Amino acid sequence: MTAERTIAVWQDRVRMRVLSEGSGPALLFFHGPWGLAWDPFLAALARDFTVIAPEHPGTTPGAPDDIYHVESLWDLVLCYDELLDALGREDAVFVGHSFGAMVAAEVAAAVPRRARRLALIDPLGFWRDSDPITNWMAMDLPEQRRRLFRDPDGEAARRLFGEGEDDATARLRIMWALGAAGKFLWPIPDKGLKKRIHRIKAPTLLVWGKDDQIVPPVYADEFARRLSGARLEVVSGAGHAPQMEQPDAVARLVREFAKA
Amino acid sequence: MKISAFHLMPHRELPDDFEQRYPSVWVTPPWHELADADRVGQYYNWTLDELLYAARLGFDGVCTNEHHQNAYGFMPSPNLMGSVLARGTQGSNVAIVQMGATLPTSNPPIRVAEEYAMLDCISGGRLVAGLPLGSPMDVNYCYGITPMEHRERYREAVALTKKAWTSRELFAWNGRYFQLANVNLWPRPIQQPHPPIWIPGSGSISTFDFAVDNEACYCFLSYSGAKAARSMMQRYWDVVTKKGREANPYRAGFLQLVVVGETDADAEKKYARHVEYFYHKCLHWPVAYGSPPGNQDYRSLEAAVANPVRRVEDTKQLRYRDFVEKGYVIGGSPATVRDRLKQEVVKDLRVGNLMVLLQIGSMPHELALENIDLFARTVLPELRGHWDDEGWVNDWWPATLRAKAAPAALVAGGA
Repeated sequence: MTAERTIAVWQDRVRMRVLSEGSGPALLFFHGPWGLAWDPFLAALARDFTVIAPEHPGTTPGAPDDIYHVESLWDLVLCYDELLDALGREDAVFVGHSFGAMVAAEVAAAVPRRARRLALIDPLGFWRDSDPITNWMAMDLPEQRRRLFRDPDGEAARRLFGEGEDDATARLRIMWALGAAGKFLWPIPDKGLKKRIHRIKAPTLLVWGKDDQIVPPVYADEFARRLSGARLEVVSGAGHAPQMEQPDAVARLVREFAKA
Repeated sequence: MKISAFHLMPHRELPDDFEQRYPSVWVTPPWHELADADRVGQYYNWTLDELLYAARLGFDGVCTNEHHQNAYGFMPSPNLMGSVLARGTQGSNVAIVQMGATLPTSNPPIRVAEEYAMLDCISGGRLVAGLPLGSPMDVNYCYGITPMEHRERYREAVALTKKAWTSRELFAWNGRYFQLANVNLWPRPIQQPHPPIWIPGSGSISTFDFAVDNEACYCFLSYSGAKAARSMMQRYWDVVTKKGREANPYRAGFLQLVVVGETDADAEKKYARHVEYFYHKCLHWPVAYGSPPGNQDYRSLEAAVANPVRRVEDTKQLRYRDFVEKGYVIGGSPATVRDRLKQEVVKDLRVGNLMVLLQIGSMPHELALENIDLFARTVLPELRGHWDDEGWVNDWWPATLRAKAAPAALVAGGA
């Protein structure tokens, strides 16, 4: 059974709902730009870990404007530091997807003792002129769906985007989540991780969807060459969100890495 | 009422298959494939000549605006144009209406306060200070401002601008987006406490509130005409009333596309293809560009999702007669244009500060002059007196020009 509680950080100005389930070592999941949903990937991990999945500021229902109190990436990193204190956790395994993986890496660089291990799934954080990252925020939702998933009509795509274009609830949720994440990504999703990544102490796993059409797999090099010992796993049958399209395979990779 | 000539400074010679070959007129159109700097120099000079011609023929004001990386309008600095216009209308009663320099793309935004003060000094106090929020294409896509910070940044910049104009003493501005320890503007504007402020908008509810709270004239810059604007402008007037202000028609501005011929048929014959060029090519960009995530605040987004505006009409399917019938364009004989403007725009929307776009799309220079000339001779005199009998004061017009029409004889430069 997934439990939920809402924790206020940042002088009580930023409310973050936290979904959690399972028992065992703590695993903190940082979701991507499209928002958080409890999905088969998190459910699979909850068999071996206490999965803790907070919502990025602004995406918690009833608290959309809290995002205006998080003015910079530095503020955001400190919000997560405070969140771990509020949860009574000294550290956790960090798992992040896309924008969430960038934030997980930033927290692990700023406060290295917080991250026991770090699993980054199709992370953002770097920029190469030769391989520009697609700005999904410039696309309408149907096109984002086609870009994000290897199979835009598959179960994972339907779960995230709703059944049709006229799903107003899904549209409102996703558009606001994109804006709240975009605050830390626009217009180029390179916000200086390259200057800080050397501080990361945690062993790192890189997971990439083979057909990622948003952050091409060549970006794994940017992370791998700066994180000694980082291992790369490429997942076939998946685009930018392999943990959604191949939940069992990615959960297995993360579980083996996190328990090692 | 006051009637001003507006100009976008468009590319007038885009290829016939432009909208099939290129994804967008804005942000991404490739300069080297589509434009030539010598020819574009000619466009700028035609634009200035057309506006100065309008000024000589008795228009009350001349308007320019700011866009970036945009083939339908590329005056990245409207104040460069405004300074030529201020000089070229020296000694006249024509207002220099800047609609205008975009604060969120100016860093620090006191640059706009300074340039507007310069224009006010050069023009002898004839400036109208438009303070646009700026479009997502210009501000977010071309100038890199984060969509979620766009409005916050704008509002801080407006407050800073007003204080920079009015403060007697040097002051420090310790803002969220701007920190300036020594704000001490040179020059200051002639108009006191500051030039009239117009805020262009496109129907967002929060901008209505902002305009009224700042005692600004709200200007709806629409390409869809007055019919489509009625319910929206009614909501603006509701806000005006709710906030305890008088429904002074000069609190509202509106931009209307207008083409005048000798007869309705003559107008269609002369202008149809230029109108179609405008709607088919100049307004060609991906819908998603208009609303990057975070640009709308949550409440506006919620409202937009709950009550989706009728699927926006695909203007590429419409032809000249459709645009005229639907009111996107008011076109026809002088009588047709006069009657429709008076009813649909001036009365129905309660507009005191009218702006008309008379050079449209591919319209060549000579034809633009003809349109301006016919409008000035046959339509403008018939509209000018509207609202006079109700006794409203146009507090949103340079004080020294309020009572004056612009008799051609007084205007410098000759014909």
